[in-house]
Amino acid sequence: MALYVELVSPERSVWSGEASRVITRTIEGDIGILPGHTPLLAVLANGLVRIVAEGGPEVRAVVLGGFLSVADDRVSILAEWSQPADEVDVASAEAELRQAEQAGDADAASRARALLAAASGA
Amino acid sequence: MPAQVRVLRRRIRSVQATKKITRAMELISASRIVKAQGRVNEARPYADELTRALTAAASKATVDHPLTTEHASAKRAIMIVVTSDRGLAGAYSSTAIREGEGLAGLLRSEGKDVVPFLVGRKGVSFYRFRGREIGGEWTGFSDNPRYADAREIADAAVERFLAPTEEGGVDEVHIVFTEFVNMGTQQAVARRILPLVVEETTEAPEQALPLYEFEPSAERVLDALLPKYVVSRVFDALLQSAASEHAARRRAMKAATDNAEELVKAYTREANAARQAAITQEISEIVGGANALADATAAK
Repeated sequence: MALYVELVSPERSVWSGEASRVITRTIEGDIGILPGHTPLLAVLANGLVRIVAEGGPEVRAVVLGGFLSVADDRVSILAEWSQPADEVDVASAEAELRQAEQAGDADAASRARALLAAASGA
Repeated sequence: MPAQVRVLRRRIRSVQATKKITRAMELISASRIVKAQGRVNEARPYADELTRALTAAASKATVDHPLTTEHASAKRAIMIVVTSDRGLAGAYSSTAIREGEGLAGLLRSEGKDVVPFLVGRKGVSFYRFRGREIGGEWTGFSDNPRYADAREIADAAVERFLAPTEEGGVDEVHIVFTEFVNMGTQQAVARRILPLVVEETTEAPEQALPLYEFEPSAERVLDALLPKYVVSRVFDALLQSAASEHAARRRAMKAATDNAEELVKAYTREANAARQAAITQEISEIVGGANALADATAAK
């Protein structure tokens, strides 16, 4: 039994396929999804989503403004913005973070921080 | 070469040059329609998934969210009108604007003030030329809108919607855009996006919704989802409008190319006739001259 995972943003479908495990963080805390998980709707925190495929490589993606829904072993991750973690432009994220901190924009700062954290973990 | 023929030849050359340009624009638009259509389809999984989640959350939470609350006596309404930045797209922008005028008239007859939010340079210049008040304007992305653009517009509209009426708040938000039905048909339509109507279908859905657990709670999930849903509705409108814009431009440029072809044909006929006439005249002049000479020698 495997999970069917879809990671979609409004502009494109970022990733979809079979996986054995999904690990991410909701605004309440870390969460791991295995096959047979109870139906769930959760608001995600800005940060990393890890999709572990059976025997395959792990997919890591940054998700901003995200949302998770699980039903019948189908996992849908909706994100306002998403990008594979290894494609994050560290320099521009750092610049954004500085800018956001100066402007006192907490939302933008948290987005930039999530990007940086994901990039360093990748 | 006589003057008339020269003038006609020049005109043919100029029409042919224009034809090349319109033909190129036609081809460019044709390829962009496909791309724009692809983007409409790529946005669909997100929107569908969002709608499904929203329906689930709404059926669980007590739906009393400010974004879904109807105001009994609506005083003011935002009307978002999506037009293009550039012209040469036939009646594309003017159709959307006309649809907007119709909606504005309807809203006014219901006693609501209309606050126009304009997307695209054409709409902005239409309102500015008439000296009308503009609630907000966004330009520069009509042919290739990004999600961030949609969010800006939606955030501005939601902010006004949540503000109290005395401080310029509005009670309704409508959007006028051009629906992309298919390659041949695009249609200007007006839709209300706020207050949101969360579809709580009375008839049983094909599959009963699973009993979701909510994290942190159904209300919080709904809180997070509703604004995203508004943005997604605006984004869909922008994407469809972009596809329609390219389709309208392609059609307009095809018509222009066909017209240029007709013109070239007509001018070529005229130029040929003029050339023939000139040759005939020359011949008759030569013949006339030769005859006169022959007559003169015979008379000696």
